[in-house]
Amino acid sequence: MLQLISVLLENKPGALMRVTGLLSARGYNIESLTVARTMDPELSRMSIVVDVEPNQRSQVIKQMNKLINVLQASDLSEGPAVRREMALVRVRSTMQNRTAILKEAEIFGARAVDSSVEGFALEATGDPEKLDEFIDVMRSYGEIEVTRSGLVVVSLDNKKLRLAPPVPKEVEAPLI
Amino acid sequence: MPSNLMSGAQVVLECLQREKVEVIFGYPGGVTLPLYDAIFDGPIKHVLVRHEQNAAFAAQGYARTTGKVGVCCATSGPGATNLVTGLVDAMMDSIPIVAITGQVTSKLIGSDAFQEADTFGITRSGTKHNFLVKNLAELPRAIHEAFHIASTGRPGPVLVDITKDCFTANGHYTPVSSIHLPGYRVYTDGHAGQMRRAAQAMLDAHRPLVYAGGGIIHSGASDELRKLVETIDAPAVTTLMALGALPANHPNFISMPGMHGSYAANMAMTETDLLIALGSRFDDRVTGRLSAFAPHAKVIHVDIDPAEVGKIRVPDVPIVGDVKKVLQKILEELGALADQKEKNAPARAQWWGQVKEWQRLHPLAPVFSNDEIKPQHLMAEIDRLSGGEAIVCSDVGQHQMWAAQLIKFNHPRLWINSGGLGSMGFGLPSALGAQFARPDKLVFAICGDGGFQMSIPELATIANQQLPVKIIVMNNGYLGMVRQWQELFYNNRLSQVQLDTFPEPEKLAGAYGFKGRTVERPSQLRKALEDAVNEPGPYLLNVKVSPFENVYPMVPAGGAVNEMVLGAPQPVEVA
Repeated sequence: MLQLISVLLENKPGALMRVTGLLSARGYNIESLTVARTMDPELSRMSIVVDVEPNQRSQVIKQMNKLINVLQASDLSEGPAVRREMALVRVRSTMQNRTAILKEAEIFGARAVDSSVEGFALEATGDPEKLDEFIDVMRSYGEIEVTRSGLVVVSLDNKKLRLAPPVPKEVEAPLI
Repeated sequence: MPSNLMSGAQVVLECLQREKVEVIFGYPGGVTLPLYDAIFDGPIKHVLVRHEQNAAFAAQGYARTTGKVGVCCATSGPGATNLVTGLVDAMMDSIPIVAITGQVTSKLIGSDAFQEADTFGITRSGTKHNFLVKNLAELPRAIHEAFHIASTGRPGPVLVDITKDCFTANGHYTPVSSIHLPGYRVYTDGHAGQMRRAAQAMLDAHRPLVYAGGGIIHSGASDELRKLVETIDAPAVTTLMALGALPANHPNFISMPGMHGSYAANMAMTETDLLIALGSRFDDRVTGRLSAFAPHAKVIHVDIDPAEVGKIRVPDVPIVGDVKKVLQKILEELGALADQKEKNAPARAQWWGQVKEWQRLHPLAPVFSNDEIKPQHLMAEIDRLSGGEAIVCSDVGQHQMWAAQLIKFNHPRLWINSGGLGSMGFGLPSALGAQFARPDKLVFAICGDGGFQMSIPELATIANQQLPVKIIVMNNGYLGMVRQWQELFYNNRLSQVQLDTFPEPEKLAGAYGFKGRTVERPSQLRKALEDAVNEPGPYLLNVKVSPFENVYPMVPAGGAVNEMVLGAPQPVEVA
C-alpha cells in the first residue's frame, strides 16, 4: 500500500532534495510528488505518494521531521484528509465522436480547455481512481496523451504545528 | 557594533573566532586561496594536514577529546570529496564538526568548471545539515547556524560550502544575535510522566541492566550515569562508543556488549528483565539477531533523537530528551521513592550473583605467549602504561576490538574510535587532533598495519607539529578482521588480506625525523613501550604480533548474542 505524506518545509534551495533523498536512500520509489508555495512565501507544501514498507513508515516520518528545513511531516495515508489530483488529457477525435467525448467528460465533471479539429484538451479533477476511470474511458475514443499533477492532499485534522523558537546567540567579538 | 569593510574570507574567520575556534585542520586549494590569504594573517591557528580526509578525522579527534566543535577546511572538487568519509564518519558517531569548503565562483556553478563538484548535493546525506553560500550577506548567519546545529541536539557534522566570489566580496560582518531555525526542534527535558514510570520500573525490576551509549559522553552525563547505577545498584554495560562513560574500575561496570563484547555483558543483555538504554541506539553490532535480543526485558530508552526511539526496538518507556537532564530528573524521582529501594533485594542479590558468575566463568583476560607477542598482551601492556588515564585513538579492525576489551578508561573522552562507520585510517589523524586538543595528555594511536598505511602521510603533520603521539602499530601482516572472517566463514580462503610489505619503522619514522623501531619478542615489549612513552617527541613502535590470532568472544553475524563463540580452535597454518 502506498503511503501519503504531507510535508511543510522551508522554501529554500535543496530542501526538496533533502526530503526526496531520504526516500531514495532507502530505495523507495516516489509514485507522485507535488510541491508549491504556501500562503507564506517562505514555506512550501509537499504531497508525496511513496511505496514504503509498512514497518518503516513512522521511521520515515521521524527522519523527515529531523530535517532542519522541514517544519512538519505527517502521514496522511489514513485519517481524515481530502485527496485530489488533476489530469490534463488530450484526446484525438473524429468528427463523429466529438459530442460523445464531451458528454462523457461532463459525466466525470471534466471540462474542455482546448478544442481543435484534431480533438480536445480536457481537464479533470478528482481522486486518483476516478481519474484512472476517466482516462480509460477517453482511451476508448482514440489516441490520448495524459499529464497528471500527482496527488495533493489537505488534512482535515487540526494538527498543532510545533516550531522551534529563536535561540539567543552569544557571539562576542574576538579580542584583538 | 562598528564593523569595518572586510572580505568574505575575513568574515569567515571573524565568525570562527566568535565561535571560539582554536584550530582549523585543513588543506588549501584554488578557490580557497582568498581564505588562506586571510588565514596567513594568523587570527586562528591552522594545521596543514596531508590529505583532506585526515582534516576531517583530525577535527573529529579534537571534537571527541574536548566536546567542542572541530573545524576542518578543504577546497572545492577533490578537496571536498576527500572530506566525505570523515563527514559520514562523524554523522554515524554524532560528532560535532564544521567543514568549510570552497566552491567555484557562483557564475561558474554547473558549468563543469575546474575542480567543480556538487559538494552541497554530495554531502547532503552525510551531514546533519549543509549550506551553500553564494552571497556575503548570508555568510555569517550560515556559519553561526552551522555551529549551532553541529553542537546542539544530537551532535553531528555540518558543512558550509562557500563560493570563491563570496570569499572575495567586500562587505561587513553582520552580528547574529539569535538563531531561528523553526524546523529544528530539540527536545531536551523528557516527559515527566515517562520519567516517573522509568524510575518506578527501575525499582520494580529484578534483573535491571544499564546499557549506556555514546550519548552519555556527548551529553556529559557520566556523573549522572554513575549516580544512577549506584542508586539502583544495577550492572552496567557501555557500548564501544561509551567506554569511559562509567569508570572501568567501577564495581558496577561489566564491559562492552555485542559482537566482540564479553560473555557477562551479552548474557546479562539476554537475561535482564529491564534494559535501561541511555543514549544508545541498538546498533546491529550490539544486538546481534534482533529477535533473540533481550527477549525478557522491558525497555526504557532515553535518546535526544526522536527517530532513534523505536527505530530498532519499541521501548516500553520511551523518553526523548537530553540524557543528562533526564537522568537528573530520574534520580530525583528515585530519591522520592527511596523507601522502595530494598523491595526486591533478594532478587537483586541473585542477579548480581549471576552476573559475577558469568564474569568469573569467561573474563576478558589477556593471552600471553613466550614465543610471540599476542595482540592481547600488547593491549594489556598499553593498559598498564595508561592506568586508565591516557587518550587512546584507535583505527578499525581487530586491534580496535582488543583495545576496547582490554584497555581500561577511567574517564569519558579518552577512548577515540570510529564506531559506526568503521573507517580504516581513522587512528593516526584522530590522534593528531586529540593531541592537539590535549597537549598535556599521553596519546596513543593504535593502528593495524592496514589502517596505519592508509594514513601514513599524517606522519608528516605529526612531525611538523611536534605532536608527541605514540603510534603503536599492531602488525600481524594481515587485514586481520577480514582474515578472521575468511577463516571462519569462507573456508579459510584468504583472499587479498595479506599485507606482506611494511616499511621499516626506523627508516620510516627516521625519514620524518623521529624515532621508530620494531619489537617482536614478548620479553622486550614492555621496555619498548616504555621507551616510546618516555620519548619526548612522537614515536612509531611496530609491534609484530602473532598473525592468526582471532578476536573472541565473537557473535557471528546474524547470531544471537548469547550464542557467542568463546574461543578459537587451533590456529590454522597457511602456507
